Amino acid sequence: MILYTTLAIGGIGLICGSALALAARFLAVHEDPRVEELTAILPGVNCGGCGYAGCGDYAKAVVLDGIEITLCAPGGAETLANMAAFMGVEAESGEKQVAIVLCGGDSDQAPRQFQYNGVADCTAAHAVGGGDKKCRYGCLGYSSCARACPVGAIEITEKNLAVVHPELCISCGKCVRTCPRHLIKMVPESRHAHVMCSSKDKGPIVKKACKVGCIGCRICTKQVEDDAITMDGFLAIVNYDKPIESATVAPKCPGKCIVDTDPPPAPVEEEKVEAEV
Amino acid sequence: MEYILIILGAVLVNNFVLTRFLGICPFLGVSKKLPTALGMCGAVVFVMTSASAVTWVVQNLVLEKLGIGYLQTIAFILVIASFVQLVDIAMKKFSPKLHAALGIFLPLITTNCAVLGVSVLNIQLEYGFLKAVIFGFAASLGFSLALIIFTGLREKIDRANPPKAFQGVAIALVTAGLLSLAFMGFASLVK
Repeated sequence: MILYTTLAIGGIGLICGSALALAARFLAVHEDPRVEELTAILPGVNCGGCGYAGCGDYAKAVVLDGIEITLCAPGGAETLANMAAFMGVEAESGEKQVAIVLCGGDSDQAPRQFQYNGVADCTAAHAVGGGDKKCRYGCLGYSSCARACPVGAIEITEKNLAVVHPELCISCGKCVRTCPRHLIKMVPESRHAHVMCSSKDKGPIVKKACKVGCIGCRICTKQVEDDAITMDGFLAIVNYDKPIESATVAPKCPGKCIVDTDPPPAPVEEEKVEAEV
Repeated sequence: MEYILIILGAVLVNNFVLTRFLGICPFLGVSKKLPTALGMCGAVVFVMTSASAVTWVVQNLVLEKLGIGYLQTIAFILVIASFVQLVDIAMKKFSPKLHAALGIFLPLITTNCAVLGVSVLNIQLEYGFLKAVIFGFAASLGFSLALIIFTGLREKIDRANPPKAFQGVAIALVTAGLLSLAFMGFASLVK
């Protein structure tokens, strides 16, 4: 009896096993081995910042379709150099770019004009009466960018303001495309002087809406050389390709909207990174 | 009529996820985004239907004949796993597009309790071959229905900002419980 059962189960196993072995042999699909090797070079975070479904998909596109190798932002210069060496092409590398939310108006600084009870999403909030914040340009703080971030580098502070932690940012640029108010910009990592305001309104209107807004006084433009800060209407804009002494400009801003982010904001606590279910 | 009753019964009354509590793992695991959930549904429909057919054959033409029907659990796991693997290989060869859509989900559900459950239930209910396949298909439709409804709910909940203590898995489990209660309303619709 025990012989029968062993033979029967063993037989089923043997048949299944042989079928699989035959299938693996005769139905094998030839894959370019370079795809796998290139996938190993990529960072493997599958952020989708390159526009492909993941690192494997991008590696496939590079090897088989000859797509350029410069699309992987998270990998930075190191990955680019490795990819260039692997694919046998030359590559120029730029400095790492990090995202920054150009708004400093948290709930202490920038009041709300009505109570918004809708879905917690910036695009939705922005669509209702132009957003609940008095400032038409400021960060609404409903986490759209934080949800878009594949690595949890964006924190919504207790005062409803989105803050990017540059040391976690992988420069995929998803938050930049997500923000309905276009407050997020990619800036070189080494730069520490930023105009933390995106309001194009005139000074008096800005003052009513926020305590730390840019009032368009132009003082900062006179503190720097070579048009490193220029005016776009009533908003000061930092030109990131020109040098600025961040320590000298920041204290001069009467609106307190130019900040010196050196040292950068405190890193995110471990608990805040929610586990995937 | 009998077939319609089997389908209604498996989809609504004895829904695999919400009434029999089988296949909870993918139900909670891949219900965060609709495109992923749809991919999973496709894979489940395929695997459960074909597994019903294959295991019916194994049970009735092999195990019963040898008088070792009690070994069905081991035999079914063996057969389902290798069958799905075989289909995976064949699919990669003959239909790369289908493989790209369903490929990553297939290994996830090979040894899923819903798949094994439908095979064992087919034998317990003493269904014929056609009935077994229809039951498997209907059960997977029921699974898909539950998964899609639940994914829709979770996508909405994600944006509704629940209290901190409820965020994440907690509210998902509460929602699943309420959804299950709702499906209990179908009880006694079909005997």
